[in-house]
Amino acid sequence: MLRFIARRLLQVIPVLFVIITATFFMVRFVPGGPFTAEKAVPPEILRNLEAHYGLDQPLWRQYLNYLGRVVRGDLGPSFKYSNRSVNEIIADKLPVSLELGATALAVALVLGLGLGVLAAVRRNRWPDYLASSVGMLGICVPTFVMGPLLVLFFAIRLGWLNASGWYTLPDRILPALTLGFVYAAYIMRLTRGGMLEVLNQDYIRTARAKGASEVRIVLRHALRGGLLPVVAFLGPGIAGILTGSFVIETIFQIPGLGREFVNSAFNRDYTLVLGTVILYAGLIIGLNLVVDVVQVWLNPKLKFE
Amino acid sequence: MRHLVLTLASLALLASGCTKQDPAAGAASSAASAPKVLRLGNGTEPQELDPQTVAGVPEHRIISALLEGLVMEDPRDLHPIPGQAERWEISPDGLTYTFHLRPNLQWSDGEPLTADDFVQSYRRMLTPSLGSEYSYLLWFVKGAEEYNQGKLTDFRQVGFKAPDARTLVVELKSPTPFLLQIIASHYAWTPVPVKVIARHGPVDQRRNPWTRPGNNVGNGPFRLKEWTPNQKIVVERNPHYWDAAAVKLDRIEFLAIDDIAAEERMFRTGQIHKTNELPLAKIDTYRREHPEVLRIEPYLGVSYYYFNVQRPPFTDKRVRRALALAIDRESLVKNVLRGGQQPAYAVTYPGIAGYQARARLEGGVEEARRLLAEAGYPGGRGFPEVELLYNSSDNVRILAEAMQQMWRTHLGIEIRLVNQEWKVYRDSLRTHNFTLGRAGWIADYVDPHVFLEIWVTNNGNNDGQFSHPEYDRLFQQALVARTTEERYEIYQQMDAILVEECPLVPIYYYTRVYALSPKVLGWHPTLLDNHPYKFLDLAE
Repeated sequence: MLRFIARRLLQVIPVLFVIITATFFMVRFVPGGPFTAEKAVPPEILRNLEAHYGLDQPLWRQYLNYLGRVVRGDLGPSFKYSNRSVNEIIADKLPVSLELGATALAVALVLGLGLGVLAAVRRNRWPDYLASSVGMLGICVPTFVMGPLLVLFFAIRLGWLNASGWYTLPDRILPALTLGFVYAAYIMRLTRGGMLEVLNQDYIRTARAKGASEVRIVLRHALRGGLLPVVAFLGPGIAGILTGSFVIETIFQIPGLGREFVNSAFNRDYTLVLGTVILYAGLIIGLNLVVDVVQVWLNPKLKFE
Repeated sequence: MRHLVLTLASLALLASGCTKQDPAAGAASSAASAPKVLRLGNGTEPQELDPQTVAGVPEHRIISALLEGLVMEDPRDLHPIPGQAERWEISPDGLTYTFHLRPNLQWSDGEPLTADDFVQSYRRMLTPSLGSEYSYLLWFVKGAEEYNQGKLTDFRQVGFKAPDARTLVVELKSPTPFLLQIIASHYAWTPVPVKVIARHGPVDQRRNPWTRPGNNVGNGPFRLKEWTPNQKIVVERNPHYWDAAAVKLDRIEFLAIDDIAAEERMFRTGQIHKTNELPLAKIDTYRREHPEVLRIEPYLGVSYYYFNVQRPPFTDKRVRRALALAIDRESLVKNVLRGGQQPAYAVTYPGIAGYQARARLEGGVEEARRLLAEAGYPGGRGFPEVELLYNSSDNVRILAEAMQQMWRTHLGIEIRLVNQEWKVYRDSLRTHNFTLGRAGWIADYVDPHVFLEIWVTNNGNNDGQFSHPEYDRLFQQALVARTTEERYEIYQQMDAILVEECPLVPIYYYTRVYALSPKVLGWHPTLLDNHPYKFLDLAE
């Protein structure tokens, strides 16, 4: 297993290199730059600005300089936020996204697994229909509808919570629910499907024949196998929940990295674009590796190779 | 199991939400001793709080709480009133301004503030390596432009002198009648604590952390207390301010909110006293249900489409005029924009600093058709395909579609709509890679000069490459005019040229639409949407 992990980690290096190179040149070839503004900047001043950030050098040299810095763990200064570095911004914003993601994930797992198991066990009876309807709703209603609706009810109508912001602990509730609900819906459907397949297997029938209690059958014997599709989904899912929360972060004005990631592209904040891309690429690669390991652990039929 | 722990954590979180324990929300409590905290929606996260390296409006709103210039704005009509200088003299030729600073001025760290601090600030602003975007607002001063461009390296030859600690003499290269307006309204002219900046890094380089809380020092009515990126910036009363006793608010919180729908919801739950904007779709609802919080105020800017006059068919001024005359501005404003805007028949904002352009686009659709036929396109026949370039935004698109429709019905010509992402669009305009483009111009200070300087040959913002020798001559002549009346007469001629030559289609003059809590006192509508904070108060 260690050899498997080591080999996979070695593969990360060329992958990241390709991602950095592609992103570096792509952002540079987009029209407009970090200093493109509504009002014209006098050409002399523009030249000074570009010299300050090294943008006056040939592109290949800038690229080599950048690679050199990244290897040393320095993602460079932000163009837009001129007194902050990209490292600082990521250190500032990533924990917020992680906090939101972890809470949403908890909501998703509790709701999704609970309802999924319930639906599978009470197949084609009302708990199943109810759970499936909730799941369908979660998949169909986009977050930008769900979020404002929750705000309308809990913040504006009832006055229990703030409408937006990330100032107090209760401010976490609505965004976590909104983001968690979507993932809960997928997890619910995957759990239900996985469980149904497993519950028809011979080894479950054997367990029943031996007189094991229904609870024991579901939790001890069926769940482990039933979770396989969920785990496969969770790898990219967790990456998505941590990175793809731009909409949620905007609706609720959360100072997370998702918003920074998207806005950096609009701002042509070259270094911030690259920094966030590298981070997200690393996250996705890392999480996929974890998923592979967990899948082998859950499914004895698979082996590390 | 791992997710069990998370589950418990999330349940605890849900439970805690059921009790309301929320200090950030809602209006200040009614206790008499409660601090007065004004909370303002402030748009996007500020880039920086260094007045010499920023260029945006959200930055401006915060900086004007932290720093004060020689003169400041009157809270009602923004005319210059004494700020750090208690009085000033202007030489008869209009070339020398002598400012007399108030006695015992201090920075917010208690250090004395002298005339030399102003000189050092302007020196930093003009240092080429700093790359300040607004340094050109100092170019009216003798030698400033040359120093800023590196052609002059001895700062003693630039027209800033401090003969003693309380006297600042500014020598101009030509009389600039609106200089005090610029100083009052624009942060480019505020002093910065150069000695403090030097403690945190090179003075003449960007990325100096002197603006962070704890490092920041200013001379305004408030000082920086907290800066949580993408959340809020908190300023508190500055006890070292010369007029500290007059400041009524204890704190101001500037909330970074870049989504106007979210901002409107925050206003409704009482998290903020003022929004930065209001979604267009909400205006009618507010008009109907909450007229007491809805504010629609004139804003010193003009929205227009402009032609690339080097590209056919817009090389022909008859075609340009035809397009400018063929639109029904009254209808656009009333039915499409619906934010109380004023239709624009000339470039210069009506009534700006007492100036009203006499020239206006007249003749209507009949004249437009006649001109188009004269130019060789009767009834629009044979008119080449032309693209209108605008930035991707719903509000801008709605206007573009209405314009397209009007040109089609009134002139029989077909304009294709092309939208581009903001920076791509700016880049296309800047490189003259367009035929017809959308733009807007918001004044930095209250003087007609701001609207007329764009159309001078080779002006950095003259993307349509309009060039008219007589116009350029008049512009230079206005800069050396002796009296305001004389200058305004020249501006009349310039406005007349713009109406005659039509390098642009003026469409409407802007308004600011926002929601403001009636609790905020001393808030006056002003043309630049500036509201000097020391005059504001909050009702209990």
